[in-house]
Amino acid sequence: MTNLLAILFDGAIYASWLFLVAAGLTIIYGVMRVLNMAHGSFYAIGAYSAASLVGWYFSGQTGNPYWSYLLLLGSALVAGTLVGVAIERGLLRFLHGKDEILMVIVTYALLLILEDVTKLVWGVDPYFANQPYRLLGQTEVGAVLRFATYDLALIVVTVAIGLTAWFVLNRTNKGRLLRAVIHDREIAVAMGVNVDAMFTVTFAIGSVLGALAGALTAPAISVTPGIGVEVIVLAFAVVVVGGLGSIGGAAAGAVLVGLARSVAVHMAPEMELFVIYGVMFLVLAFRPQGLFGQTLVRRI
Amino acid sequence: MTFQDRFKSTESALVATAVLLAAGAFVMPAWLSFLLTLAFAKALVVLGVVIQMRAGLVSFGQALFFCIGGYGVGLGAQALGISDAFLLLALGTLAAVLLALICGFLLTRYREIFFAMLTLALSMILYGVLVKSSALGSTDGFNVAPPSFLGWEPEGETRKQAVYLLTVAIAAATAVGFHRYLESGLGRVMEAIRENEIRVDYLGLSPRWLLFANYVFAAAISALGGGLTAIASGHIDPDMAFWTTSGEFVFIAILGGTGHVAAPFIGAIVFSVIRTFAIQEAPHYWQMALGIVLLGLILFLPKGLWSLIARRKLQVAK
Amino acid sequence: MQHLPRKPSHPIRPIAVALSLALAAGAVGAADNGKYRIGIVTFLSGAAAGPFGVPAANAAKLTVDTLNAGKLPAPYNVKGINGVEIETVIIDEAGGATKQTEEFRNLVQRQKVDAVIGYISSGDCLAIAPAAEELKVPTIFFDCGTSKVFETVKNPKYLFRTGLDAVVDNVAAARYVVETRPQLKTVASIQQNYAWGQDSWNDFILALKQIKPDVKVVSEQWPKLAQGQYGAEISALSVSNPDVIHSSFWGGDMEALMQQGGARGLFDKRIAVLTAGETGVERFKDQVPNGTIVGGRGPFGAFAPKNALNDWFRPAFTAQYKEPPTYPAYKMVQAILGLKAAAEKGGKAGMPGAEQVVQGLTGLSFEAPSGTVQMSRAKGHQAVQSVSFGEYQYDAKSGKASVTKVKTYAGDCLMPPDGTAPADWIKAGFPGAKCN
Repeated sequence: MTNLLAILFDGAIYASWLFLVAAGLTIIYGVMRVLNMAHGSFYAIGAYSAASLVGWYFSGQTGNPYWSYLLLLGSALVAGTLVGVAIERGLLRFLHGKDEILMVIVTYALLLILEDVTKLVWGVDPYFANQPYRLLGQTEVGAVLRFATYDLALIVVTVAIGLTAWFVLNRTNKGRLLRAVIHDREIAVAMGVNVDAMFTVTFAIGSVLGALAGALTAPAISVTPGIGVEVIVLAFAVVVVGGLGSIGGAAAGAVLVGLARSVAVHMAPEMELFVIYGVMFLVLAFRPQGLFGQTLVRRI
Repeated sequence: MTFQDRFKSTESALVATAVLLAAGAFVMPAWLSFLLTLAFAKALVVLGVVIQMRAGLVSFGQALFFCIGGYGVGLGAQALGISDAFLLLALGTLAAVLLALICGFLLTRYREIFFAMLTLALSMILYGVLVKSSALGSTDGFNVAPPSFLGWEPEGETRKQAVYLLTVAIAAATAVGFHRYLESGLGRVMEAIRENEIRVDYLGLSPRWLLFANYVFAAAISALGGGLTAIASGHIDPDMAFWTTSGEFVFIAILGGTGHVAAPFIGAIVFSVIRTFAIQEAPHYWQMALGIVLLGLILFLPKGLWSLIARRKLQVAK
Repeated sequence: MQHLPRKPSHPIRPIAVALSLALAAGAVGAADNGKYRIGIVTFLSGAAAGPFGVPAANAAKLTVDTLNAGKLPAPYNVKGINGVEIETVIIDEAGGATKQTEEFRNLVQRQKVDAVIGYISSGDCLAIAPAAEELKVPTIFFDCGTSKVFETVKNPKYLFRTGLDAVVDNVAAARYVVETRPQLKTVASIQQNYAWGQDSWNDFILALKQIKPDVKVVSEQWPKLAQGQYGAEISALSVSNPDVIHSSFWGGDMEALMQQGGARGLFDKRIAVLTAGETGVERFKDQVPNGTIVGGRGPFGAFAPKNALNDWFRPAFTAQYKEPPTYPAYKMVQAILGLKAAAEKGGKAGMPGAEQVVQGLTGLSFEAPSGTVQMSRAKGHQAVQSVSFGEYQYDAKSGKASVTKVKTYAGDCLMPPDGTAPADWIKAGFPGAKCN
C-alpha cells in the first residue's frame, strides 16, 4: 500500500516535471518544425537566473519570503523572453523553411555556444536557492512517506500551465491561428497569417516554458554547468512518445514515462537506466507516430 | 568529360590522395598523424550517416555500430585473445552486421524523426547495458592491448604509424568502394527514395529492402570506424554509444556535406582540427569557439564543405 | 527533405589557407622558451568543473605563480622547479577518453610539455596510462579513483598517482561507521549509476560485511549520473527505513540529494555517509543535518593537518578565490609539489629531464599541505596517505561549518599489499592491515 502510494506520488511529481521540460520543445516543433537542441540551454538559463535572483533576495534577509515565488516566475519570464526573442530574431528567422535536420544542427551549435555563455555569466560554482523549496514544509502521505509540499505544489502549477496552454490554443483567436499554422503552414500563409510574427512569439513562449522548467526546478537542486544537456534527451523522449508537436501528447508522454520510472525505482532500481528508452522504443514500435501524433500524408 | 571519365578520375584522385597521405606518415608530426587516424576512423562512421542521409534517413544512433565495432575489437582482444588487427576489425564488423540485420527489420519501417529517435533509443539501450556491465569496466571501459599486423608486432611510434597507414588504406578502399556504390544504380535509387518513396515503389522496386541493405552497409563501415578508433586510442568505453557521439557524427556529416564520398573525410578533418585548436587556444570556452565556427560554416555553406569543391570543379569544367 | 538554394560561389582557398595557418600556429606555439612546461588537464566544463576541475585548476595557478616567485615555504623555496621558471598549459578534460588520448598526444608532441598533471575521470586515467608510458613523459594522476590504473600498467616507469584510490575511501568509511555507530543493523545505498558509484558501493558493502557480518542491505538505488531529481529514490529509501545511507554522490548531484532528502526528512533519524562530501562542507549551511558523515578522499580540505605548507596554502587560496580550498585543490598542489620534489632530489641544477623526474619520484617521500606523502605502492608509483572521516557540524549562530569527531586511518590500515587485488584482500579479512 505504501509502495503503491509512493509510486503514484513520485510518478506524478516526476511526470509534472517532465511535462514542464517537454512542453516548450513540443510547441516550438509543432509550429516551426524546429527540433530545438538548445532547449536544454533555456532550462539552464532559467535555473541560473532564478537561483541567482532568489539567492540575492534572501541574502538581503528583508521582505516577505513568499515573494521569492514571484521572483522564480519573473526571472524565467524575463530570461526566457530575452533569450528566445534574441535567438529567433537574430538567427533563426534567416533560416525559416530550411531542412529540419539542418535546423537540428544549427540549434546544436547554439547549445554549444549557450553552454559556455552561461559559464561566462554565472561561472562554474554551483548556485543554491533552496529557501523556496523548504518554505512550504512537508506533507505527510500515509504512515512513513513525507513529501516536500513544494513538489506537490509543482503538480498543481504544471496542470495549470497545461490547461492554460490548452485554453489558449483551443479557445482564443490567436490560438486558433497558431493551430492553423501547425496544421498547414502553406495554407495559413495563403490566408494571410503573419507567420514570421507567429514564429517569434512561439519561440519566445517555448523558451519561456523551458526557462520556467529550470526556474521551478532550481530550488530543489544545485544549479551547475551541464544541467541543460541532461534534460534534452529526456524532453526529446517524452515528446516523441507523446507525438511531436502535440501538447496533449507531451502530457501523456510525461505521465507514461514518469510512472514507468517511478515503478522501476520502487520495484527494480537496477532497471532505472533503461526505462525512458525502453518506453520510447515500445511506444514507437507499436505506434510509430507517438501516442498523439498525426500520421503523415504521403505525397505521390 | 564523359561519365566514365569522371568516374575514373574521382577514383584515381581518391587513391592519389591516399598515397600522398600515406607518404606523409614519414614527414608529418606524430600528433598530426594520430589526429588524422582518429579523424579518418570517425569519417567512416560519418560516411555511414551520409549514405543514409542520401536516402532521406537521419540516424541519431550511428554510435551504436561505432561502439559495437570498438567493443568487438576490445572483447576479441581481451576475451578471445585475438591479436591480429585485421581479424579483430573483421570480428567487430561482423558483429555489427549481425545486429544490423536484426535491427534493420524494425527500423526500415520508420522515416524522418521517428527513425532518428528509434536509432537513438537503440544506441542508448546499448549504452545502458554497457554501463551495467561491471565486468567490462562499466563507464570506465577498458584498454585494448596493442594489436599485431599479420604477425608483425611493431612498438612505439612505428606502431602508431602502422595504425595510421592501416587506417588510410582502409579509408581509401572504403571510399573507392562506396563511391562506386553511390554512383551505381542502387546508390542512385537511394536519392530517388528520399525524393519520393512511393514513385520508387511504382517502379517495381522495394524501398524497404533497399533501405535495409543501405542500413546494413552503413552499420558495417561504422563498426569498422569504431574498431579502428579502439585500436588507435587503445581504449573503449560506453561513451562510444552515447547520444552525443551520434550527434557529433551527424554534425560532421552536415559540415562535410552529402554530395560526395570524400565529403565526410573533409568534414572530419576540419572538425578535428578546429576542435583541437579551440581546446588549445580557449581551454575555458572552446565549446563556444567550436560552436561559433561551425555555425558560421553551416550558415554560409548549407550544403557542406564539399560544395566549395563541387563549385570549383564546375568552374574548371566551364 | 527539401533542397536548398545555391549560394554564390566561393573558392576553396580560404579553408586550405586557414587550415595550414592553424597547423603552422600549432607548431610554432610550442617553441622552446627555456621554461619547464607542465600540461594541466582537469574539467573546465560540465558537471565536474565546479566541484573538482576549476578548484584544481585554480590551485595549480596559485601554486605555480607562487613557486615562480620563490615564495613557498621550505622545502619548496627554490624558484620554479630547480630554478627554472614553470609554465602551464591547461586543457579541458571534458569530452571522453578517446578525445583525451588525442589531446594528451597533442600536449606532449605539439605543445611539447615536459610533464603532465591531471585527470579526474577514471576512464580517462585508464586510457592515458599506456600512452604516458609510450610517450615517455612524466605523468601524474592527481585525482582519479580507479584501483585499476596499476593493473593496466603493471610496470610503470613514467606514470604516477599522488592521490588515493576509491577502495581506500570506502574501507575507511566502513570502519568509521562501525566504530561510531556500533548498533547499526541496516544500510541502504544510493549511487550514481556508473563505474564510480558501482565500485564505491561494492567496496563499501564488502568491507562493511567483513567488519560487521550481520548488517543487512535494505535498498539499493541507482539513479543516472546528473539525474538531478531524486524524488522516487528518496521515497524508496524512506520506505526501506535504513539506519545508515551510503552514497558516493559528488558535486551538484550530492548537494541536490541532500537538499531534496533533507526537505523530506530522510535524514531525520538516519545517518548519511558521503564519501566525497568534503566539497560540500562550505556550502551545505543548515541544509544538511549535523552528524552527517563526510569524507575528503584523504587528509585534504577540511581534514588537512596543521603544517607550514597548509598555513601558506589555505589562507592564500581563500584570499585569491574567495572560498576555502576543497580536496581537489589540495590534491593538485600535492601533485605539483611531488613533481618539484622529484626534480630537485638529485641536486642537479638546471632544466630537469624526464628520467631525472621519474627516478626522483619513484618511492619518494615528500611534504604537502596534507602532510607527508609516501610513494610506496605499485613499485613506488602510487601514493600512500591516511584517510579521514568526520561528522558535519554547522553552527547557525556564527554561520560556520566544521567537521568534528574526525578519525584518521593510516594508509597501511586501508590498502592491500602490492600485488593483491583490493576485493580479495577485503574478503580475506584485511590481512596485514596495520591500524592504530
